Amino acid sequence: MKTTYMNPYLAGFLLGLTLLATIVITGRGLGASGALKSAVVAAVNTVAPQHAHESKFYAENLRSLHENPLKAWLVFEVLGVVIGGFLSGVVSDRLAFVTEKGPRITSTMRLGFALIGGLLFGLGAQFARGCTSGAALSGMAVLSTGGIITMMAIFGTGYAIAYFFRRLWI
Amino acid sequence: MFPLVPNLISEELNLIVALLIGIAFGFILEQAGFSSSRKLAGVFYGYDFTVLRVFFTAGVTAMSGVIILGYLGWLDTDFMYINPTFMQAAVLGGVIMGFGFIIGGFCPGTSVCGMAIGKIDAMVFVGGGLIGVFVYGELYPWFEGITNADAMGPLRIFDSLGMSQGLFAFALIAMAVGAFIATTVIERKVDPDGPAKEFNAATHRLAGLAVLAVGAVLVFLPDYKERMLTAVSDTQYLETHPVKEMTADELAFRLIDRDPRVSVIDVRAAADFASLSLPGAVNIEPRQVFQKEYSELLGQRHTRKVFVSSDEAEARKAALIARHLGYENVYVLCGGIDRFVAQIIMNTPSTADEPCRFQRAAYDPQTAVPPHDELRQAKDTERFRTKASVAMQAMIKEAKQKSVKPVKIVKKVAGGC
Repeated sequence: MKTTYMNPYLAGFLLGLTLLATIVITGRGLGASGALKSAVVAAVNTVAPQHAHESKFYAENLRSLHENPLKAWLVFEVLGVVIGGFLSGVVSDRLAFVTEKGPRITSTMRLGFALIGGLLFGLGAQFARGCTSGAALSGMAVLSTGGIITMMAIFGTGYAIAYFFRRLWI
Repeated sequence: MFPLVPNLISEELNLIVALLIGIAFGFILEQAGFSSSRKLAGVFYGYDFTVLRVFFTAGVTAMSGVIILGYLGWLDTDFMYINPTFMQAAVLGGVIMGFGFIIGGFCPGTSVCGMAIGKIDAMVFVGGGLIGVFVYGELYPWFEGITNADAMGPLRIFDSLGMSQGLFAFALIAMAVGAFIATTVIERKVDPDGPAKEFNAATHRLAGLAVLAVGAVLVFLPDYKERMLTAVSDTQYLETHPVKEMTADELAFRLIDRDPRVSVIDVRAAADFASLSLPGAVNIEPRQVFQKEYSELLGQRHTRKVFVSSDEAEARKAALIARHLGYENVYVLCGGIDRFVAQIIMNTPSTADEPCRFQRAAYDPQTAVPPHDELRQAKDTERFRTKASVAMQAMIKEAKQKSVKPVKIVKKVAGGC
């Protein structure tokens, strides 16, 4: 399995151009967690439509999203991410079912922590109205105060607590 | 002018655009190594600063592009989605996500990318993300307050810090380059075999200098709109760029005559406009002249667009902007609404017509009109104004009663994560 990656500055430059193209064409930035939200809203609306219409969070999102919550810009963009990521994996020969983990924990532990981490990220992104892509990166591109504060909070917290979670990674 | 979406790209086509952009996004993330949680977490432990390098470079590139395109007038930054600022929620959400990053080793975008190439931890992270949204949705009544507290609107960081956009951009670029150098030094100490080993020092130094040079240029690039608005606020610019003028008498005559080829563009604040406006006038403040929704009105070639403000100064600015944008047949009302009210509506007897602001130097009452003609003209004017006063008052009253002000439909770009 090849593990050579693109030069990070070149990758960053290309990613920046992609983000710029997104802003120029659509007027909005990139995102990711918004697609998770659409998926959850759609799922709740299918499984328990009455609950979805009574609960304020789902009702508000059903109103602001399309009648079909999955017909949203970010859902299509994230589908694209899956395709693009897969293509890159094919090109660089990196397709494999593996669990990556630090040397001092078991795979089961790693998956447990991945679940908790995902949960926290999904939750936090709702407060901040975006994740690393939608709030931090896109917010930085358009110099949004809120976006840059969220970015500093994410990375600041990461560094502040990294020591206490070092067993997970090193 | 970009962005294309609200006006030129349909909703369906926009979804195809989303898919294509997503493919590019996903491909680049995976190529950069963002599908690997070990690599992502490295940024917090010093063994791999790829996240910082890619993230900062991307942000700085896109930001510079936005500023440059805005300066050139190719990108209408007023239509761009600026993530709104909710101070408490931005901090709280960021802190929670910081925990999520360290514990989970991914962020939503990168986990989707990792999932695509078969990373099992990434799939579990995505599952966790869905649960996180669900938890938030179920507990929304408790979270709603703090999520919506401190709404500050689409705040820009340079305004918050009280500096110019360009200066902030340069500072950010300088910080990025500084961080690149510092982290490379750290990374080489923590893990001599880390990714920084591969870097060609000469190329990277050169790229760093080039990026700093671009940053230095940004300091001097104001937004296209701001540039226009500043230019037209300069007295000297106004004097060297005369605009065609229309006197209050002529405008009153045309309005009473119900001339279809005249549009009155009132550039005063909405409140002033609401309290008194000329019949058929449209309220467009100077910075709104740029907006696409008015292009149909302002683009009517054979219609005289008469810009009016209280005292003509603001109208002159707006008229110059309109002319600069390529609109033709642009006029300003001599003396503004104030003089129109005094001369026509109130019909206050005045001895002489004051010339327009920038005609003063050239105007010489001694040679302008022979004395006997002047007398006759004054009488004609007086007669006209007496009639016009009654007619205008009736028309304004009539227009107020109808008061079907055109509803402005502003298509806004939707955004958010």
